[in-house]
Amino acid sequence: MHELSITANIVAIVAEKAGSQRVVRVKLEIGELSAIVPDSVRFCFDVCAKGTVLEDAVLEIDQIKPRGKCQSCGAEFDLELMAVKCKCGSVDIACIAGNELKIKEMEIA
Amino acid sequence: MCTTCGCSDNAEPRLVSGGESHSHEHSHSHSHEHSHDHEHTHSHSHDHEHGHDHDHSHELTAKSHNTIQLEQDILAKNNLLAMRNRGFFEGRKVLALNLVSSPGSGKTALLERTINELGAQIAIGVIEGDQETDNDAQRIKATGAKVVQINTGAGCHLEADIVARAINALDPTNNSIVFIENVGNLVCPALFDLGEQAKVAILSTTEGEDKPLKYPHMFRAAQVLLINKIDLLPYLKFDINKCIANALAINPSLKVMAVSAQEGTGMQLWYDWLKANILAPARG
Repeated sequence: MHELSITANIVAIVAEKAGSQRVVRVKLEIGELSAIVPDSVRFCFDVCAKGTVLEDAVLEIDQIKPRGKCQSCGAEFDLELMAVKCKCGSVDIACIAGNELKIKEMEIA
Repeated sequence: MCTTCGCSDNAEPRLVSGGESHSHEHSHSHSHEHSHDHEHTHSHSHDHEHGHDHDHSHELTAKSHNTIQLEQDILAKNNLLAMRNRGFFEGRKVLALNLVSSPGSGKTALLERTINELGAQIAIGVIEGDQETDNDAQRIKATGAKVVQINTGAGCHLEADIVARAINALDPTNNSIVFIENVGNLVCPALFDLGEQAKVAILSTTEGEDKPLKYPHMFRAAQVLLINKIDLLPYLKFDINKCIANALAINPSLKVMAVSAQEGTGMQLWYDWLKANILAPARG
C-alpha cells in the first residue's frame, strides 16, 4: 500500500525537474531490502503519471542485490537472508547495498 | 562542466537535481571529432620491461543527450522534514520515540502505564497515529497527558510533515518525552524517519517468535524491542528466548526488554532506559 505514496512522490519529483518538458523514460534504483515491491511501483506508476508530463513514460527499475560487510573482520558478501553470520562468527553485519530507493535518471522527449 | 556529457557550456540553469544541480540548457550538437590518431611514438629503447598501461578509455557515453541524471533519494523530502523535527526536539531537549508494532501489540496500554507511573517525574506528550478514530487519544487523555491524534485515513504510516504539524499542536515542554505511536503496521513505518531519537518496536507474546525474521526491516530499524504481554507466557507456546535470538540475529545492537504493560512486570527496566536516554539522547 505504501508503494502508492512512494510512486506519487517519484512522479512529483520527476515532474518538478522536467518542468514543461515531456518525460519519456524514468529509471529507478530499488534495493531488495528497501521494503518496496517493484511490481507495485510499476502498477501505481501509470495511475500516478496520468495527466502529468510523465504520462506514457517507460519505467525502468534496477533492482539492487543486498550486500553486507562484517563489522568485525571487514569481509564483504551477498546477503541472502537478513539474519546472517559472517564466517568469522560475528553477527554484526552492516548492510552496504540493498536499501536503495533512488531516481537515477530521466529522459526528456 | 556538465557531469553527464562532459561538455562545458554555461547556459541558463533549467533542470536542478538533488544537490548536484546538473543544470544547463544545452543544445548538444556534439561534433566530437575523435579522429583518434594517437601517435604513440614511444621509441623505447629500454632493455627492461616498463608496465605502460595506456588505457585510453575514450568513452563517448553512448547515452541519449536528453537523459538527465537525477540521483535523487525518493525519501529525501521526508528525511529533510524529519531532520527539522529532530532539530526541534534537540532544541527543547525532548526525547522523541517512534513506537512501531503490529496492531494489538499493546502500544497504547504500554503508554497508559508509563504515563501513570512516570508522569509525575517527567512530562510526557503523545502523538497518536491511527487510520481512523480518536479512541487511543481518548485513552491517553484520561491519563492526563497531552495528546494529539493524527488520522492517516488510507495512509498506512506516519510521515515527517504530519508529525511536524502534530508537534506544533502538542507544543512539548523542555526535558519531556514525546511518544509517537505509529500506525499499527510492521512494514512501511520502518521506511519513514519522523525525527525521533529511536524507534521502539513492540512485539507481543501472542504473535509468533519468528516475527523479527518475517519483518526484518522493522527490527533492523529499531533500537529498542519491548516484548509485551509476558504475563500470558504460561498459556502460550511462545518461546521468548528464541524470539530474542531471532531479533538479535537481525539486529545485534537491539536493546531487548520483556514487559507486561498490563501487570507492570519488567516496566522498571523500561523506565530506567527512558530516564537514561532523556539525559543522554540515544543518538544525535
